[in-house]
Formats: sequence, C-alpha cells, structure tokens
Amino acid sequence: MIAGIISRISGPVVLTERMKGSKMYDVVKVGTEDLNGEIIRLDGDQAVVQVYEDTSGLKVGEKVINTETPLSVELGPGLLSSIYDGIQRPLPLLVERSGSFISRGISVPGINKEKKWDFVAIAKIGDKVVEGDILGTVKEYHIEHKIMVPPHVSGTIREIRNGAFTVEEPICILEDNTPIIMMQKWPVRRGRPYRIKQDPQLLLVTGQRIFDTMFPVAKGGTAMIPGGFGTGKTVAEQTLAKWSDTQIVVYIGCGERGNEMTDVLSEFPELVDPRTKMPLMQRTILIANTSNMPVAAREASIYTGITMAEYYRDMGFDVALMADSTSRWGEALREVSGRLEEMPGEEGYPAYLATRLAAFYERAGRVVCLGSDGRFGSITIVGAVSPPGGDFSEPITQNTLRIAGTFWALDTSLAYRRHFPSVNWIKSYSLYLDSIEDWFVQNGFNDWKEMRDVTMYLLQKEVELQEIVQLVGPDALPESEKAILEVTRMIREDFLQQSAYHEIDSFCPLDKQYWMLKVILNFYERTGEAMNKGVALNKILKLPLKAEIGRMKELREVDAVRSLIGEIDKKIAAVEVER
Amino acid sequence: MKQPSLLVKECKTVSYVSGPLIFVQSVKGVMYGEIVRITLPNGVERTGQVLDISKDLAVVQVFEGTSGIDAMETRVRFTGEPPKVDVSIDMLGRIFNGVGKPRDGGPDVVQEASLDINGMPINPYARDKPADFIQTGVSVIDALTTLVRGQKLPIFTGSGLPANKLAAQIARQAKVLGEGENFAVVFVAMGITYKEASFFMKDFEKTGALERVVFFMNLADDPTIERLATPRCALTVAEFLAFTHNLHVLVILTDMINYCEALREISTAREEVPGRRGYPGYMYTDLATIYERAGRIKGKTGSITQLPILTMPDDDITHPVPDLTGYITEGQIVLSRDLFRRGADPPIDVLPCLSRLMNLGIGPGKTREDHRNVADQLYASYAYGRDLRRLVAIVGEEALTELDKIYLKFADEFEKKFITQGDEDRSIERTLEIGWDLMSMLPEDELKRIKREFISKYHPAYKKG
Repeated sequence: MIAGIISRISGPVVLTERMKGSKMYDVVKVGTEDLNGEIIRLDGDQAVVQVYEDTSGLKVGEKVINTETPLSVELGPGLLSSIYDGIQRPLPLLVERSGSFISRGISVPGINKEKKWDFVAIAKIGDKVVEGDILGTVKEYHIEHKIMVPPHVSGTIREIRNGAFTVEEPICILEDNTPIIMMQKWPVRRGRPYRIKQDPQLLLVTGQRIFDTMFPVAKGGTAMIPGGFGTGKTVAEQTLAKWSDTQIVVYIGCGERGNEMTDVLSEFPELVDPRTKMPLMQRTILIANTSNMPVAAREASIYTGITMAEYYRDMGFDVALMADSTSRWGEALREVSGRLEEMPGEEGYPAYLATRLAAFYERAGRVVCLGSDGRFGSITIVGAVSPPGGDFSEPITQNTLRIAGTFWALDTSLAYRRHFPSVNWIKSYSLYLDSIEDWFVQNGFNDWKEMRDVTMYLLQKEVELQEIVQLVGPDALPESEKAILEVTRMIREDFLQQSAYHEIDSFCPLDKQYWMLKVILNFYERTGEAMNKGVALNKILKLPLKAEIGRMKELREVDAVRSLIGEIDKKIAAVEVER
Repeated sequence: MKQPSLLVKECKTVSYVSGPLIFVQSVKGVMYGEIVRITLPNGVERTGQVLDISKDLAVVQVFEGTSGIDAMETRVRFTGEPPKVDVSIDMLGRIFNGVGKPRDGGPDVVQEASLDINGMPINPYARDKPADFIQTGVSVIDALTTLVRGQKLPIFTGSGLPANKLAAQIARQAKVLGEGENFAVVFVAMGITYKEASFFMKDFEKTGALERVVFFMNLADDPTIERLATPRCALTVAEFLAFTHNLHVLVILTDMINYCEALREISTAREEVPGRRGYPGYMYTDLATIYERAGRIKGKTGSITQLPILTMPDDDITHPVPDLTGYITEGQIVLSRDLFRRGADPPIDVLPCLSRLMNLGIGPGKTREDHRNVADQLYASYAYGRDLRRLVAIVGEEALTELDKIYLKFADEFEKKFITQGDEDRSIERTLEIGWDLMSMLPEDELKRIKREFISKYHPAYKKG
C-alpha cells in the first residue's frame, strides 16, 4: 500500500508526497475524510491529485492512500434506470446516507450487490469461450442483458448454472478454475475493446424532421449541438434521449442545472418509448453532475458515461449517448490545468484540449463486438456545446467541429422568434448524407436525397431573396420568386418547426416526415406549373391549401398527409381551368 | 464532521502582501478554506480566508482589505473553522454587513445554529420540481416570462435602467395564488451605492414588509473582497429560513457584476491564468455555487427563489458575466434602453426574455387554460411587428400591406398597454384580458397559435355578443 501525505492544497487540486510507486490515474483516498481523488501528474515521489469532492477542511500533512487501481466503474445488471453522480455513486443512496444535500467522503456501491438476478445460461458445459462470448442473459426490465465473458478471459466451461444470483456470485467456472461473475469492472479512461470498427451506415431515427430529413446522424456517428443560452440545447438533447431509436440511452448532465435533471427524473418514468411501449426510464442511465457539484467529478462524468455506453454496445445494442454540455467538461479541464500551472493554450484552455475531445468522440462508432458471433453494436454521441456569448469561434466549438460528423448549429435569432428546434439550416451540415443514402433507399424513400437537395436549394435561395427584400421591399420581386418565398415559409413553419411538447408532433415518424416534405414540394411544383400557364400567384395562395399544409403536423395518420398531394393537384388544376 | 482544533495557531509571520492577499509563512496544520483573524499593529481586527496552502506557506485573502497590514507586527490567528454565519429566524427585519454581523446598531442575533456559508450542493435526486406560479403583478413577466417558485431568474439591465424599481415591485407584489403569507425576502446588496440600498429599504418600509426582510449590505464603499462572502452568507440564511422554518424565500441579489469584479480582483492577485476579459476560468463554477442554491426540496414546504440583478457592461449581453449567468439560470428578464427611451415602464424587452420553467407553472388550475396559447400568440405577433419596424425604416410604411400595417400598430399598442403599467399591480386575469384586447386588433385568422375553443371562449368579440 502506498501511503503519502498532503503537501499543498489549491482548490480541487492537492499536491501529495511520499507517493513513490504510484501510477498515473490511480484512485487515491485523500485526508481523514477519505475524499475520492485521482492522480493526474507524477513528479519524483510527488503526485498531483484532483479531488472529486470539496476540499475545504483538508490540512497539509493529512494522509493520502493510494488504492492502486485506476478510476473504474462497475458494470452489470442494474445500471438501467439508475441516476449516478460523476463517479458512479447512485444519488438515491446518497440521499439515504446524507439527506437532501450531498456531503463528503461517502462511499456507496455503483450497482446493487444484494439483488438477485435470474440468470439464464446460453453457453453449455464444455463450450470453448473467448472474450466477449455470451454466456447467458438476465432480464433487466424488457432488455435482454447479456452476460459476457470479460475481456482478456477465455477457456472451456466446466460449470455453468441457471438460477438467481447476485452480481458477485460466480455463474460460470472455466476449466482453469477462473470464476466468472456478472459484474465487470472497467477503468473509465480506457475504451473497452471491440473487434473491428465499421463505417456508420444506418440512420439514427430521432423523429425530428430537421435532424432525420435534413441533417441526419448515423448510428455510430457523432453530432454536436452548439448554441448560446436559451437556444434550446437541453431541450434538443432531451428530445433525442426520448425519441432516438436505440435500445439504450446514456444521458450525462455535465455541469448543468439541477432543476433540469429533476425534470428528466420526473418526466422519463412517465413517458413511453413509441417502439417498445415501455417507460423511457427503463432504457436510460442518467449521470448528473450539476454545475455546483465538484469540478473534478464533472471531468470524470463524461468517461463514466461512455464506459457504461460501451458495455451495452458490447452486448450488441445500439446506444445513444447525450452529453450536456461538453463545454462544462472542457472548463473543468481548464480549471484543473490552471491549478496545475500549465502553460495555457487558447483562452486559457490546456493545449491538450483537442486531443482529449477527439479521444472522447472517437469512442463512438459502429463496431463488430468481441465474441465469436460477430454481432454489431454502436454508440452515437451527441454533444451539446455552450459557446460563451454564442460565439462559435471559441476553442471547444472549433475543436469539436473537426471531429463531429453532424453539426447542428443552434441560432439565437431563431430562438428569439420561437422557431424551435432553432437549428440554423444554412450553417448546419451532416457528413453522413452519402453513407446513409443507401439506407433511405432500402427503406423505400428512394428520392429522399433529391428532395433534400431541392429543399436546401430553396432555403439557400430564400436567403438571397430576403436580402433583396430588405433593400427594396417585397413588391419588387417577380411572381416566381414570391412563390419561392411562400414555399420556403411553409418549409420553415410547417416542416422544420417542431414542437417538443405537442402530443403528436413531438415525435414524427420517418414516413410522415417524407410525405410532409413531399406535399410541400408538390405544392411548389404545381404552383410553378400553374404560374407558367398564366395563373396568378395570389389566386393559388387564396386556396385553402396553406392552412391544410399548416395542419399536417397535427395529423396522426400518414395517409392523411399523403392524400394532400392529390388534393393539391386537384385544387390547383381547378384554378387553371377557371382561367 | 471534524472537531475544530482546540489549539489556536497564532503567528506573526506575514511575509508578503499583494492586493487583497497576504502570505503567511511557517504555519503548520492549516485547513484549506478556514477562517483567519488578523490583528493589525493598531489593534484593529480583520477577517480572512485561506485560499491556498503548501507546506509552510498559507495564502490568505483578507475580506476587509490589506491596508495597514505590515510584515512585522501583524498577528495572524488561524481559527480552524470554516467560514460560518450565525442564523436565526430573528434575523428577519434586521440589517447585516457583508459577512453577517449586525450593522443596524442592534444587538447580535441569538443564534439557532452556526452554518458553513459554502453550504453543500443539493442532491439532484432530492430536488422537487418547481411548479407554483408566482404572480408578480407585472404583465410581461406573468404572461410571457412566468416566474415559478424555486426558480432563479435574473434581471439583465444596463446602467441607468430601472432594474431596482422592477425588483422592488416584484418583491412587493409577488404572491402565489391561493396561499397565505408564509414568505420572507433576503436582500443582498453587493457594491451598490447607499442611495440604491436606501431606495429598497424605503420601499419595503412603505409597504410594511420590512419585518419580513433580511438585509445583507456590502455597499460600494465597503471592502471589495467581503463581497465574495456576502451572497454565500445570505443564501445560507435563506436556506435556513426555507428548509428549517419552511418559509418561501425570495432572494434578491444586486449587483452580480460587482461580485464578479471582486472575483476577478482575487484571481488577478493570485496571478491565475485569466479567462475571457480577465475573469477567472472557474467563474462559471463559482457562480453556479451561488445560483444553484435556489430550488425546492422533496418533503420540505419551503423554497428559495432567486432574482439576481446584473448590470450588463455597455448593455452587452455577451459579456462573460451575463453570458455565464444565462447558462446557469433558468431564463432571464432583459431590460432595454430603447424601450426605456420610448417611455415603457418597466422597459422589458420581450424578445430575449425567457423563463425555462414557465410551462411548469401555468395552465389550468395554476393560471388559466389559454395562458400558453396567449403567450405564444402575443410573442409571435409582437416579434413580427418588430421585424416590420426594421423594414419600414428602409422601405417606408407605404410599401406594407394592410395586414402588416395592423401588425405595426399592434407592436406599438403592445408596448404602450401591455408592457407599460407603472406601479399597477395586475392580476393574471387582468393581464390576459389586456392580451386578448390587443389580439382583437388582429384579424381572427391570424391567431394561429390559439385553439379555436379558446377564441370562442375568451375573444372580446364573442364575449360581448
């Protein structure tokens, strides 16, 4: 055991000495209250420790004990529907121990060690198993939690039993006497192993029109949502957590508001997953490190979350990870770096910010999991970014831009207009358009790409036209361009705008999205044709079509949306005849 | 918890003084964050707090400033205790200085408890969802930026704008519909002038609310560094009143910009790496430890609602202080110089205002069923009217369609009748009624955001007929 003493304290950073033999990122217990900390720098027999709890009251000379294990999380049945702090302490247990306020030096197990789980074996005695092979399953709510052979273990099964076990009791014993239990421990800063990384080619369906149709993200891809305050980052993240078609969701509230986490906690158990009809909470893991909780634990929370996500990925699930907000994580890095008196890079952030960000986002991906059955799993990361002053040129936004595959730029002026989601369609982009086009085609949306291109063209055209309008007024435009403005207004208000709180509109299935856009584009084409035949634009606009298109959002049935196409054709044709 | 050491450590080893900091040498067993008493050569006692300790050197920030401290005679005593404030229900109606000592000439309070001013973070799992609508009597706030119990909603103002008047009006009129008078106000002055402070005091006196108010005063001429402790002392008292005595506490913090200046001063004196505009990189975390102390707790009836006032330097909402505040708080109320010049009172600029918790506090049973719809419609119509104003400035009013002219008129009337109200205390019904009157200027087809049933129920055209 390595036991040293404290020699300096500065905020969350503690300098210790007589720590010879310590390794980087070892977890240490600091002071008489056994505060949790982690070694982040070694210098001779001195070690610099970042402490995950408030350091007030520590004294120079108090003991420091090195546990000689890196910061790890416990993985096993019981993770789902839990709410943890940044270092995997279940918050309900902390309430039991210390009441409504979080006090210090409390150690509680990450997953319940007493609860018995019904283990159903799949592997048989005499089977040769390698790392990642599935031994059996446990029902965790409606999810088949797969018990896998841990990494770096292989052998022949000598004994395997069905029945009720705790996570620490062996369910399987190999020939060489290695017992296998349901719980695995894994250091959070190291990615869990997989066999091969694949190109992300499947769409992550989110039920949000601006995302799915316009700026899609692939399963296993990465997306970033930057935006100033009040632009709806958190609402967007929560909407994605609610409606993404993944089996598992990990939601990290990193340095954000306490009341927001309360909101998630009270809302998710009541909401129902549109696909499985089960409460959303049952597929969700929450990690809450609110802005007033210790800074260093905020830094760890991101890693705690991604490691849990990787564990479920290894079972062959699609996992979505929401990190709100990565800027707070970057600021935690900056604060610790400042205390370490490191040479600062841009805006005081450490020079290794880009490396850390990249390392985190690269843990996303669609992979062939370990194990001999070659199953696929994926992690999609959606990171919110809170740029100071809404200025996208700041280091975290810029560094994330280099890594993230989809960029959803939230816009303050849209938010001021209450256009939500306030994703700016001109600034945003998705790099997955080409790789998931096949997916759209296979699912029967053959002309999705063309429709999207036309839509983007119109929206781009609108920007140019608006500039002219600003100078000379709307009357100066020719009829055909006025028609474009009418259509883009429809696209904006009746397609891109989507209420996160409306009972029907909050989740828009992909086929409905497709037909909604089709209806609007059909209106555009028919109008163009009619105008070519000499019909005045005003006449078409006076038709009751605008209101009908405006109500598409609220329709439950896709067929009702689809039938509008015929109606548009009919009504516009009627006007043509009139003439 | 740790027992405070019986052995009080005292020494005369100040080795270096810089700005608000002193460096004390060869001390042993000093606690991080503990309180230090400093006795000057002339016998004056000051208070400080340990910011950094290494083997034999302690860095102490002195709340009352370092003038008069020397390296020879000054005695430094380490108390072994975290900074604490004595709390009691009897603090209501009293005036204290920035660190919780009486400054109204009255006796010391008899303490019910002595609490660490840093408090502890509320466990997110123990938080209760804010849900009670607070009627402030100010139309714009009630209808469009609804304040909810347990919320933290700052007022962003510019220098010379009447934020204090608005805050006083809210404090005076705020009530929860259908509930008794179980409230208290904690008023925290940080670096404001005596004139501003006495404005509040007179206002509370006039309305007879004085005995429900606890004042913490760190005025402009009081020591700067004391400001770092002031909001924490005040919030500790607020927590005590809310969660021990079950009161609904409204905390008014003014002016947060002065607090942040003090934070910057300390940071600079410690030669830390500066973040944006010289403010320390940890300012977000530091502000969060203040703002996040608002809220409700499961199983307790009391609550803390915060109303920080913040002067935006040069009216710049992207300045680090309003910016970071906006990221932590649950919305914001923004005052506008433009509206102020046009004579709006209060000059609240509706467009950038936001209340994130609004949906939790409105609707049937809380305010009225049509509240959300009315708010959306007023907002959208006003925003459109404002856009048109810009257009008119370029192309002239003649270029507008008839409908657009109505919208333009609507925006003007909205500012005159809805935003402007002076000292009037409007009930939510009255506020919504004015809203409906304004909306009736517009053709009925334009009220797209309002459900048909509400139009036939509340629209003035149907009501009369």
